[in-house]
Amino acid sequence: MSTIQLPSGAPGARILGLGSYRPRRRVTNDDLAQVMDTNDEWIQSRVGIAERRWAGEDETLVEMAVAAGGKAIAASGLAPDEIDLVIVASASLRAPIPGIGPQVAHRLGVPRPGSFDLNAGCAGFCYALGVANDNIRSGSSRNALVVGVERLTDVTNLEDRTTAVIFADGAGAAVVGASDEPGIGPVAWGSDGDQYNAIEIAAGSSTMTMAGQAVYRWATTKLTATLEEAMEKAGVGPGDIDVFAPHQANLRIVESMTKRLGFGDDVAVARDIVVSGNTSAASIPLALTALMESGEAKSGDLALVLGYGAGLTFAGQVLVLP
Amino acid sequence: MSSTQEIQSGLAEILEEVAGVTPADATPEKSFTDDLDVDSLSMVEIATAVEDKFGVAIPDDELGNIKTVGDAISFIEKNQ
Repeated sequence: MSTIQLPSGAPGARILGLGSYRPRRRVTNDDLAQVMDTNDEWIQSRVGIAERRWAGEDETLVEMAVAAGGKAIAASGLAPDEIDLVIVASASLRAPIPGIGPQVAHRLGVPRPGSFDLNAGCAGFCYALGVANDNIRSGSSRNALVVGVERLTDVTNLEDRTTAVIFADGAGAAVVGASDEPGIGPVAWGSDGDQYNAIEIAAGSSTMTMAGQAVYRWATTKLTATLEEAMEKAGVGPGDIDVFAPHQANLRIVESMTKRLGFGDDVAVARDIVVSGNTSAASIPLALTALMESGEAKSGDLALVLGYGAGLTFAGQVLVLP
Repeated sequence: MSSTQEIQSGLAEILEEVAGVTPADATPEKSFTDDLDVDSLSMVEIATAVEDKFGVAIPDDELGNIKTVGDAISFIEKNQ
C-alpha cells in the first residue's frame, strides 16, 4: 500500500506586502445629519467616527478588491504568477454565486490559483490570514493573496440610525509568503454561536441589524482573553507589541481593549475608524496601511491584530509588519 | 449581602468612574439617560462593573428595564 507523501513545507510565513483601497466619496457626520435624525456629537461620543467612505456604483467589491490586491502584490515584490492561493474575505456579497475570489485573481493576472471567498463577518481578514499562514507552512501553497473587502452600505438600512452611521465601504489586502523566520503567529480563533443573531441579515431582509449593547458587552469583556491567547501562542508579551490594530468596530471598544491590555503611549494603536467607519473584513488591513503610511508603524514592527463580529466569530494573531 | 445604603454608594462610585457622574447626583429617582446623561454603551459598562462588584448577573434583556438608579438598586438587592 502506498503512503501519502507530504511536502516539507516552510518554517514560517510572513506578510510581504500590504495594500488598501478607500472609496472616493467621503461622508461626514454633518452630511448624515442632513438625511437622518443624528448629529456629529451623538456619533462621535458613541462610536468615535468623524467620517467614512461610501462606495460609488463603479466601486464594486471586485473593483475594490482588485485595487487593494494589486497594491499589495506590488508592495510584496512578487510577480502575480508567483501567487497560488487567493482568499477574499467579505460579508457583503449580495450575489453569493459565484464567489468573487477567482474573478479577483483573474483580474490581477494570478494564473489558476486555489481561490475562494470566506465569510467570518468582521473577523474575516484574520480568519483568512490564519488559513493562508497555515496553508503556506504546510507546503500546500507558496504565496497567498488575502483580501478583505466590503460594501456594507449595500446591506445597511439608512433609516436605522444606530447602524447607518457606523457601517462603510473599503478594501485591504496582504500578500503572504514563506519565510525562514515566522512572521505570523498561530491564530487564536473561535466563535460564540449562541449569539448568532446579534449581528444578522435576517431571512427575507436585505439589511443588517445589530444588537449594539450585546455586541459591545461581548467585545469588551470576552475578547481580552483572545488577545492574550494570540500573544501567548506566539511567545510574546504585551511589552513586545509595537502596534495594536483591532477590528475598527467602535472607538470605545478600541480604547477599552487598549486599556485592558495595559498598552501605553509607546504602542501605536489603530484608530482608523475615525475616518473610515466600520468596514468589517477590510478594517484591519486598512488600519495597518494607514499606520504605515503615516509613519506611526514601521517595517519590522510587531503587531497584534484581532478581528471579531457576526457569527459571533473572533480571530487574532501576532504579526511582523512588512 | 450589601445593605441598600452600601449598594447606593457602590453604584455611585461606579457611575462616577464610568460616566463621570457626581456621586451626590446619583439618587434613586434619577433616570440614567434623561438625568445623568449616561448613553446605552455606558450602561453596558455600568452593568459589567455592577456584576463584578455585587456578584449579580444582568442579562442584556434585563438591562433595558433598568431606567433609574432606584431600578438598579432594587435589581441588585433582589439578585445578590
